[in-house]
Amino acid sequence: MNKTLADIKQQTITIVDYGMGNLHSVKKKFDRMNINVRISSDADEILSSGKIILPGIGHFEKAMNTIHSLGLYEVLNEAVLQKKTPILGICLGMQLMAKRSEEGGDAAGFGWFDAEVIRFNVKDTLKYKIPHTGWNQVVNKKQCALVEGIPDNSEFYFVHAYHIKLNNAADALHETDYDYAFVSAMAKDNIMGVQYHPEKSHQVGELMLKNFATRY
Amino acid sequence: MFRPRIIPVLLLKDNVLVKSIRFKDHKYIGDPINAVRIFNGFNADELVFLDIEASKKKRLVSLDFVKNVGEEASMPFAVGGGIRSLEDIRKIINAGAEKVIINTYASENPGFIYQASATFGSSTICVCIDVKKSMFGKTGTWVLNGTKSTGYSPVDLAKLMEEKGAGEIVIQSIDKDGSMQGYDIELIKTISENVTIPVVALGGAGNLQHLKEAYQQGFANGLAAGSLFVYQGSKRGVLVNYPEPGELHF
Repeated sequence: MNKTLADIKQQTITIVDYGMGNLHSVKKKFDRMNINVRISSDADEILSSGKIILPGIGHFEKAMNTIHSLGLYEVLNEAVLQKKTPILGICLGMQLMAKRSEEGGDAAGFGWFDAEVIRFNVKDTLKYKIPHTGWNQVVNKKQCALVEGIPDNSEFYFVHAYHIKLNNAADALHETDYDYAFVSAMAKDNIMGVQYHPEKSHQVGELMLKNFATRY
Repeated sequence: MFRPRIIPVLLLKDNVLVKSIRFKDHKYIGDPINAVRIFNGFNADELVFLDIEASKKKRLVSLDFVKNVGEEASMPFAVGGGIRSLEDIRKIINAGAEKVIINTYASENPGFIYQASATFGSSTICVCIDVKKSMFGKTGTWVLNGTKSTGYSPVDLAKLMEEKGAGEIVIQSIDKDGSMQGYDIELIKTISENVTIPVVALGGAGNLQHLKEAYQQGFANGLAAGSLFVYQGSKRGVLVNYPEPGELHF
């Protein structure tokens, strides 16, 4: 469903600031497209946003601890599960949507997806270095407004040592091959997560962010 | 399919771009922000900026500069130069860089790499190892623009950095720097075989065949170069350039 520019302007996008990762590069991309975004960790601002972006680079368990200590765990659950606010998780932000992660023992995440986060287990360690760093292709697994207009097998920029393992294959949006195929994007209802960095992925990344801003 | 990153490395001196030969004889190349715009147009995979005087002058790379690059760059970029504290890293990341590159302080204080990767995540912390042969023919690692030996062999330092949590190693041959005659493939291969983190080859690339060798024979995960992307022709006329998309699949 396409919305008019006026609707978009009213729908502020909030990039959740929990002290981890490169918030500014995401904001900068939206600024350039003249799409209104703000960076915030304020409960009221998050709950009143039209859309939420959960970014993040770093350690899973530390990120969840910070989210809890800022009181954002309950706030984000309310926004995402009750208010059904569209949310896009990027990189670690995607992983936090799983039930748990190997990074930090067996740390608990939001559990919005029936999924775990596991460390890459590549066989050819000479060719496939970890973290998986660089440009790689994504294979489309289903239709979704987030990926509209993005050609199948487009390249996105990745940096990660852990990846999502879905228990419900229907949630997979993109798959990527790095010694083996793993889920590089997932989506259900108002909740979406991408392992790569659309804000650093040239034109296809920009289109994805624009889709998120204008098609939900 | 995964493909190795092709990474222009841009050297800063007094906030303008320069290019060296064997870490000496710096030639003026141009304005860094203009170069970023040109690399945007080429959809370059990643950029690296190194302030080559920061450590020597005991200061940090200019944060205004990093911010200006961050405003322009449509691709990930890494920044190095004079990093000696977690606060330095925080400032550079907040200014818009994806990664920091640590050279001098990494071998002086390996524990710092542990702290840095624990704080910012391994993928943010990249260590650059500069390698050259001494007068006696022994291959060693050097800091402060190749003026001070660390005492570590390249493999020992790379393994130590991996153990401390570095997310990536840039292995740079000082002897090959600016030569455009090809990478030190043996050196790159040895490092790749001894660590499980990504290895970026730097020093000596003069054409696409050299990049291909570093990937296929050296198992490098990133293929970095300076001269290749700022010079053209045998007379080394300054021309910022980058391979065509079809040339990047080896």
